[in-house]
Amino acid sequence: MAWIWFHKLGSPPHFYRLAGRMTPWFAWPALLLCLGGLYGGLVSAPADYQQGEGFRIIYVHAPAAWLSVMIYSAMAVYAAVGRIWRINVCHALAASCAGIGASFTLVALVTGSLWGRPMWGTYWEWDPRLTSELVLLFLYLGYMGLRSAIDDTARADRASAVLAIVGAVNVPIIHYSVTWWNSLHQAPSVMKFGKSSMPASMLIPLLMMLLGFTLFFVAIMLVRARGEVLRRERGAQWVAEAAVEA
Amino acid sequence: MSTPVSAARAGWLLMRRDLRLAMRRPGEWLQPLGFFLVVMTLFPLAGNPQLSRLRDMAPAALWVAALLSSLLALEFLFREDGQDGTLEQLAVSGLPLSWLLLAKTCVHWLLTGLPLVLVGPLAATALGAPYASIPGVLVVLLVGSLALSLIGAVGAALTLGLRRGGVLLALLVLPLAVPVLIFGARASALAIALEPMAGSIYLLGSIAVLSATLAPLAAAAAMRISLE
Amino acid sequence: MHWLQMGGYWPWVWPSYGLTLLVVVLNIVTARRSLRAARAEVRRRLQMQRSNP
Repeated sequence: MAWIWFHKLGSPPHFYRLAGRMTPWFAWPALLLCLGGLYGGLVSAPADYQQGEGFRIIYVHAPAAWLSVMIYSAMAVYAAVGRIWRINVCHALAASCAGIGASFTLVALVTGSLWGRPMWGTYWEWDPRLTSELVLLFLYLGYMGLRSAIDDTARADRASAVLAIVGAVNVPIIHYSVTWWNSLHQAPSVMKFGKSSMPASMLIPLLMMLLGFTLFFVAIMLVRARGEVLRRERGAQWVAEAAVEA
Repeated sequence: MSTPVSAARAGWLLMRRDLRLAMRRPGEWLQPLGFFLVVMTLFPLAGNPQLSRLRDMAPAALWVAALLSSLLALEFLFREDGQDGTLEQLAVSGLPLSWLLLAKTCVHWLLTGLPLVLVGPLAATALGAPYASIPGVLVVLLVGSLALSLIGAVGAALTLGLRRGGVLLALLVLPLAVPVLIFGARASALAIALEPMAGSIYLLGSIAVLSATLAPLAAAAAMRISLE
Repeated sequence: MHWLQMGGYWPWVWPSYGLTLLVVVLNIVTARRSLRAARAEVRRRLQMQRSNP
């Protein structure tokens, strides 16, 4: 019984309509949360006693880093569900994740190195988090490369699903190995982001930004996935009806 | 067609067949070894050739060269059998494809990985590693190159028959091989410094075991998609 | 403005925020454009089917 909604969600016309209706419900809260988080982070939060005003980069760096990992996991889950239960909509969702994830991985890398310049005195330090983030970017690029190298969409879906799952198994191993490697070669100059002892005036804006970015990602993913679903279902009758509606 | 063959026997037969075919073309599987030696030669030429300086660089050179040459060797893993339809036959044989691909990967490792394992420690001594480090480096390369071949098989199966497959293969496999590179280079560094290296070997070994269990399954899934 | 100087950290703080904003905007634009392109393609196919059934 509980599986009915699951099957219904897996039907492309239902998904297309529902995603269209849901998008604003994610987009507007995302905007409000980000505006609130920006005000809290840039204006009302006090400067850090060690890092001064420079710590405010965390309010964009941490959400981007969080998204980069979270989107990869989401992509792998969609890919696995799409492959196991042969649900086309899930493949469309996985396909829409890759570009968004790669772009936020890039943001996490660049903001991380911008933070590093005043704090470490250099733009690039072989810090474990930045290094893992860089490898994650390569994983995204490989996924997108494989997808674009296969012309047939159904085949591209299944092949890239295998890659996403293999990558997801590897991400924790890569992160652990990079951390271990770093601890051998350097004094622990680990980024001091994300201390648990943050005062509430700093922490609450951060949480707002994290949630806001996550909702933003969902909204963008839904918009992209609707386009992907239309492209995958070109010949179907419901697509013709949906196109006339819009 | 009529006599059913057990999976174990089929794997054994497949290994023998692949070995016999490879023996007819020694040039093909010796190429990666030559490539490995050339890359190892480039490091002293590009840097400071004093042996004391080279010793610091030896583990990095060893593993970058091993990784690149294993990547180059992946081209030969499935290409021939994909072109003449052997892989299709394996896929429809009703035997577990992951098992058959594991057999093929083992032969591939015997031909391209093992020579590297045997020559690698000697090449490391040319970069200033002491002779006493040869057994240690050999063990590290043995475990690490197995893991590299297994991980590479997934990438080779995914890119089978694609245009621009070679560059894409590198982009897919190299990030996945990062842990092997890190643990392998660390273990080799300890071996070259003649220090105990059991910890790094265990980490490398656990990656090899994990790859041996999961990579054939992923390679078989990828292979079925590529053969459609 | 004192606030804009970010205690001397402005050369690193503002580019970070600027890049993030740029990526966010680009994500919105490309997502909407890809949905619109998919719709346009469907409509084009539909018209072609109607003109020569």
